[in-house]
Formats: sequence, C-alpha cells, structure tokens
Amino acid sequence: MRIINVLCLLAAALLATACKEGETAVDRATGNGILIMGNTSEPKGLDPHIVSGVLESNIISALFEGLVVAHPSKDGVALPGMAEKWYPTDPQKPDEWIFELRKDATWSDGKPLTAADFLFAFRRILTPALASDYSFMLYYIRDAEPYHKSQRSYLNCRNDPSFPVDWNTLKKVDFGPNEEGETEFNRKGLDHLAAQQIEELKSDPGLFQWPEDVSRDVREILIEKNLEFANSGKNLWDLIDFGATAPDPHTLKVKLNSPIAFLPEITKHYTWFPVPRHKIIDHGKIGDRFTAWTKPENIESNGAFILTSWQFNDHIQVERNPLYWDKGNVGINGIRYLPISNLYTEDRMYFDGQMHITYTLAPELIEYARERYPDQVRNELYLGTYFIRANVTREPFTDPRVRIAFSKAIDQQSLIKNVLKGGQKPAGGLVPPFGDYRPATTIGFDPEGARKLLAEAGYPGGKGLPEIEFLTTDKETSKANAEALQAMWKDNLGVSIRIRQMEWTSYITTMFEKDYGLAAGGWIGDYMDPLTFLDMWMKDGGNNRTGWHNEQFEVLLKKAGNTGDPQARYRVLEEAEALFLSETPILPLYWYTRNYLIHPDVKGWDPLILDNHPYKFLRLERNPDPSPPATSR
Amino acid sequence: MLRFIASRLLQGLFVLFALYTITFFLAKAMPGEPFTTEKNLSEESKAYQRALYGLDKPLLHQYFIYPKNIITKGSLAISTSKGRPVKDIISQSFKVSVVLGLSALGIAICIGVPIGVISAVRRNSWVDWGTMAVAMIGICVPAFTIGPLLQIFIAAKLSAIKVAGWGDPQDILLPAITLGLSTAAYLARLTRGGMLEILSQDYIRTAHAKGIPPSKVITRHALRGGILPSVAFIGPAFAALISGSFIVETIFQVPGMGQHFVNAVIARDEFLLLGVALFFGFLIVIMNLAADILTGILDPRVRIAGNAAK
Repeated sequence: MRIINVLCLLAAALLATACKEGETAVDRATGNGILIMGNTSEPKGLDPHIVSGVLESNIISALFEGLVVAHPSKDGVALPGMAEKWYPTDPQKPDEWIFELRKDATWSDGKPLTAADFLFAFRRILTPALASDYSFMLYYIRDAEPYHKSQRSYLNCRNDPSFPVDWNTLKKVDFGPNEEGETEFNRKGLDHLAAQQIEELKSDPGLFQWPEDVSRDVREILIEKNLEFANSGKNLWDLIDFGATAPDPHTLKVKLNSPIAFLPEITKHYTWFPVPRHKIIDHGKIGDRFTAWTKPENIESNGAFILTSWQFNDHIQVERNPLYWDKGNVGINGIRYLPISNLYTEDRMYFDGQMHITYTLAPELIEYARERYPDQVRNELYLGTYFIRANVTREPFTDPRVRIAFSKAIDQQSLIKNVLKGGQKPAGGLVPPFGDYRPATTIGFDPEGARKLLAEAGYPGGKGLPEIEFLTTDKETSKANAEALQAMWKDNLGVSIRIRQMEWTSYITTMFEKDYGLAAGGWIGDYMDPLTFLDMWMKDGGNNRTGWHNEQFEVLLKKAGNTGDPQARYRVLEEAEALFLSETPILPLYWYTRNYLIHPDVKGWDPLILDNHPYKFLRLERNPDPSPPATSR
Repeated sequence: MLRFIASRLLQGLFVLFALYTITFFLAKAMPGEPFTTEKNLSEESKAYQRALYGLDKPLLHQYFIYPKNIITKGSLAISTSKGRPVKDIISQSFKVSVVLGLSALGIAICIGVPIGVISAVRRNSWVDWGTMAVAMIGICVPAFTIGPLLQIFIAAKLSAIKVAGWGDPQDILLPAITLGLSTAAYLARLTRGGMLEILSQDYIRTAHAKGIPPSKVITRHALRGGILPSVAFIGPAFAALISGSFIVETIFQVPGMGQHFVNAVIARDEFLLLGVALFFGFLIVIMNLAADILTGILDPRVRIAGNAAK
C-alpha cells in the first residue's frame, strides 16, 4: 500500500506544480544568436552533388554559396555571391555568360576559391560514377548531357567527317542501357560495353539487337569507334567541348546549349555551387560517393556558416564562417537544425519554446494556431503544383475529353476548404503565379460542362466506362484527399473509381511502370521560371510518366528557348501551357502553400516563393512586447 | 551449464541465419529499389549505383557475400539511404536505445512487480480489481496516445521537462514512462499470476503456521517463486525495449534504433534493414539465454531437472 501512496503523491505533486515560466530554449538561443529550425529528417548527406531533398538544401545553403545569392525578400532577384558581376556576352542572345568571381573569396580554411573550384564541381556532379540525382540541372551547359550519359558513340562520331550519316538521324537510337533489352549487351548499352565485349560483338554482331534504321556500315563504324576508344584508356571528358571554362582564375565562362536569360536564377540551386576540390580529392576520387569529406572534422565550405556539430538523428549545427567575404553583414551566429519527423511533435516543441521555425504546421492545428497566435502562423504561396496524372495510354483517358471532364468535375475550392484546410490556391493551370508570367485560368469547377464532355466522349452518365483506379500514397492526408475526389466524381459525373493506396516507393515504381489510370502527383519548381514546370512534359521527360506528348508543344518550348526577350518568351511559354491544358494529361488541383510557425524573435524572414531564405540576412531580436509568446499550451 | 550455454548459442546461430535468409528474400521481394526516387534517375546512374553497392551481382552471390563480409570484415555494408556505414548507425543509436530501454525497464519493474504482488495478496479485493483494470488499460492503450498525453499534461506544464528532445538527463523521463508502461502492466499481471500460484502452496502455509510475519513470508518465500514468470518475460522484453520503438522515438524525438526498422523499409535500404534485423535477432538470442540462466539460478526445480538430466 505504501508504494501506491507514494505514487499517488508523486503524481499529485507533478500536476500541482505551477505552469511553465522563465527562460525557454528559444529565449536562450535568441540571446546567443542561434536560430533553431525544424528540418523533418536526418539528411541523406551534406554533399551538394549527392542529395536531392529540400531538407538537405536547407543546410547546404547555409554552408555553401553559389555564384549569386537570393534576395531576402524579392523573388527572382540575384545578389552578388561568389560572383561580383555577371552578364551575357550578347544580351540579345544570352547563350554565353560571364561570371566575374570576387578575388577575396576563400574556403573556410583560407584556401582561395577560384573558377577552378567551379569547374571541378561541374565536372564532379556530371561524373557518371557519382550517380548524382540532380545532374540534369547542369544539362543547360554545352556537352554536359552527353558526358553525363556517357554517350560514347555520339561523342566519337559526331565530328567525324567520314561518318556516313548525319548523327541527328540516329538521335532516336539509344545506345545507353535499356533495362528491357532482349540481349545482355542491349541491357548494358553499346556505350557501356568493355573492350572485350566489343571484340565479341565485332565477331558476332547478333549479340546486340540493332534498331532497323542503323545501316550495316554505320554499325561497323560504331563498333570500330567504340572499340578504339575503349582500348585507348581515355576519358570521355577529353572528347567533349565542355561549355564551362575559366579564361583566368577569377572568371567563369559558361556556354549554353541555347539562350537562357534567367541563368543566374538557375545558379542559385545548390547543384551549381562550388565544392572544395582539395578536400574531396583528399578523401577519394572525383566519382566516389559518400567519402568522409563532409564530416564535421573534414568539411570546408565557402558560405556564411561552417559545420560545427553533426549528431546523427539529433541535430546539425552551423556557426559563423570567420573567413566569409561578407561576414560583417551576417546577422546571426549560427543555425541549429532539428530532424523532427513527427509534425505534431514539432508543433508541440514549438509551443514549448524549443524552436524558432517549424518545418510545417499540421493541418488540424492551423485553425487553433491562427486563433491564438495569429502573428506566428505563416501561410505562403510555394512554387509547386499538386495535380493528378492521367495515363493517356490507357482507356478511357486516351480521349482528352474524358480527362477534361474529370478535371472539370473537381470542386477545388471545396477540397481546399473542407479537406486540405491549408489555404492552398485553386490551380487555374499548371504553372503557379509568379513574376510577369500570366497564370492560366482554364482549369476550374464546371460540373455541367464535365457531364457534357463525358457524354460526348461516349460515356453518358459514366455508363460504359472501364474500371478506373486512382493511385495515391499511403499517407493519411492522401486518403482523405482521394476520398473527397472519389465523392466528387461520383456526384458530378456518376463515375465510381477505386482508390489504390501504396507505400511511397511502390507508388513511385507503379507510376514509372504506368500501371495506373489516375495517379496523385505534384511538382515543386527548382528555379524561378515556368520551364521548370513545362519541360517535364516533353516526350523523353523522365518525369512525364503519363505517356502524353505533343510535337507542337515541343516546338513551342524550343521557340521559347530561342527567344531572347524575357516578356516575349513568357508569351510563348503561356501559349505552350495553354496547348498543354487543352489536352490536359494532368488534372491540376491546387498550387501549394507552405504553412509553418515562426517565432516573433526572428526578423527578416519574408515570404519567398522558392522558400530558400538566405540566412545571412536574418536577425534574432528579443521581442520588446512584454506578453511572452507561446510558451505554454 | 557450459554445455547448455553452448548448445543454446548454436541454436541461436541457426535462428540468426534463418532470420537473415527470410529478411534478405523479403527485402528483395519488395517492389522498387533503393534508387527509386521522384527524380527519375537515368539508367546509367542507376547502373553505377547498383555496381557501387554490389546490387548488380547475381542474387545468390549477394546472399552469401553479406554474411561473409560480416564474418571476415565485421562490415554491415553502407546504408543506401543515409550514406554512412550501417555499423555506425547502429552503434550510435543503440547507445541511446540502451539508456532509454533500461530506464523504461526500471520503471516497468518498479511499477509492475509491486502492483502484481499487492493485487495477489489482496486477491479479489477492490485493490486487486482496481490495479488489474489499470494494468489492462496500460496494455491496451498505445504509446501514441500516452505519449502525447504526457507531453500535453506534464511536459508543457513543467519547466524542467521538455516536450521532446534528447540531451538532458530529464529528457529520458517521459519517453521511458511511455515505453515502460505497457511492460509494467504485463509484469503486474504476470507477477500476480505467479504469486497466486505460489501463495496456495503448502510451504507458504507452513511458513505462516510457523508464525513468520506475513510481510516476510511474501518477500522472502513467495516472491522468489512468484517472480519467475516475470523473469522469463523480462529477457525478451528487455531486448524489445532496448531495440527501440518507432512510435516513442518519433513522438519524443529520441535518436534511437527503432525508427531504422521502419525507415529502412520505406527507403528500400536493404543493408540497414538486414543490419538492424540481425542485430535485434542477436539481442533476443542473448537475452533469452540470460533469462534462462537467471531462471535456473532462481528456480531450484530447473536446477534439479538439469542435474537429473546429467
């Protein structure tokens, strides 16, 4: 009995203790100038060439700095970073850019940072063996793509005057690996065969299944050229005419495949950042993944902060880089990133005074937080679109009228208001609104029109439709979302669909294999340009996955690529988007917003559509307001 | 005794190998591969990564090379999702899990065993019914309910306790309670059952008849036998507690081992999955053995049976 009494007493004592007061972790951190941020999960790494996630980007952008820096409050404005000045050699045709690097730029160990570091970084991310997820961000540079894809046949034959045909006629032929290839050599790809295998192929050409439009003499030359190169021991790098060069240590010249007026925007992405060549080579070869160079004791960086502590699954901390060129303007002393995967835990920790900024705010808590802490809740447009892919190779979505009917039957407003509750914006088209680009308004709720279109397509009232499956992920929110859509299609079209929830990797795999009718999806823009949403729908776009393509659409994108004037270019892209939406292989639902909590102590954190906040402009100041912000709940 | 230990260890080795085989082939049967990402990776890149991890080799080769590398190099390969050696991941997170698991077990024993004893002694009284009802609730209510309740009603109110995080000693308290509560409830019920059986034995009646004070009869004579079912349970329970819990770890932001089981599957990280599965299997084997030895020491019947078998 005595033990029970003790337990009861203990419990009573715990409950009777007064509410929280006094200094919280956030108060102390503000005092020390350390920003504490929620960052969802343990990063896959800190190597800018290996990672591909937003959470890694949040840390990398504190450690490293690219050619230009984002503006703290204006989207699409570039401030000097490692480059002091940048300009296209011909403003009418911006397909060659000059970046003048600052002469005082150094790595955090004092070693000077030069154009060679950029060239090394570009070459590294394009090195096939490194297998970077994000190499395609550099495909704008001349010859980056064929090198990264190891297009040995192309690179060996394209400049050969004796080659019997124009290489462009062979462009459709893929000499790279083909997983579904019938022979072992096809699965490996002609471009990847070792010298001995090419010898075998030479004596028995049947080992490789040649496409019909490759004539006999072309085959022989290709085999010969491939063999010669494989035996030479040379690297494909020696064969390419790479677009990026360094006329002198402080000048970087970048020659592109086609004019890009917004190149500085692209260079804000971490795939374009320099990496410390000397440190990487110390710990491995250029194409080695996961070497020790990113460990806190080894890493050197060039950004406003350096890595000081990395406790696996616990926290990552960065602190002031004393050798940073603009150190006088860095407003905070450091950042602590917490890998909190549970969004409710994150919100509770925020309300408990443990962090300044949450990664996200649970949809159920948005109302609650808005009522109690209106000054701490942020709801901001984010450069992303949520949509549903339609598999245009499968009945009934082969007919654009059916796709449009399904799109028009969705009441976006109701979905946002009753299910998502995150203040998302109904999508009028594919590209979210920003800058001078005029967002489309074609997509919208029109149940009458939807029914009419479906009837026109031969399915009045949904009669005669095959079974339709809606593929989505296994998240709770995905389910609620899917059920709402299911009800809308039932009510507005009379169509019953089946929901198929799958765990993430299975979902992605199923989508890749086009084993779906409709599939939930979305896209976050990589840079501030409509192209980041449009070029994925090209025929060979790796992220297309709908089976849709349209020659006119690709002609328009090409035309935009050759249009120097930004406004005229936008008009061409708008035309391309309109064409895309008239056939709509996807059903746009809403434009993303980001909901999160931010402590009043954080100053200078303004809405940015890409959500890449340059940390050096932030300030941490105690709120003069005497009422203490959110310390108990 | 040595022969007993040796034979159990040998059995354990078989168990581990069977566990490895099942996990290996289940991992291979999952759709997708570690390099399936939203950003459609080119075939070339995937081929390079497969080669890097040896995933391009024939299945049987992969099946044998992994245990071979464990034995010859002590290597558990590199995690495809975290980009660091699986051994490092386990050793870092295991330390945390041991601290949390031990605390949870301590809490479970301190709560469970006394409650079990009391309700056995006061059999069929309101104390018995009350505590057993609470124990039943403790078994049934999941950690994802208890955890947030503790966060909201205790941590958010007390300045000394954070709602989540791992660093200060007091951070252990709430996750340990959450993790230990259901174990405490099991222990209470097991102890009660064991005690009831012992309390009806002749030697207890003899002890009472000899005039030994009731408290002494319970603590000296009855508890030793009554706790045996709990001891057998504590072995595997301890292994389960120190291998971490996905739910408790994510609720309280504890950098322990439990999350790797779940995350490895989601990320198709077969090396991490195999690593944690084998490590957990190893723990279970060792803990079961330890529990058996301890039971032998505590229970004369087992000792006698063991001697008779010789």
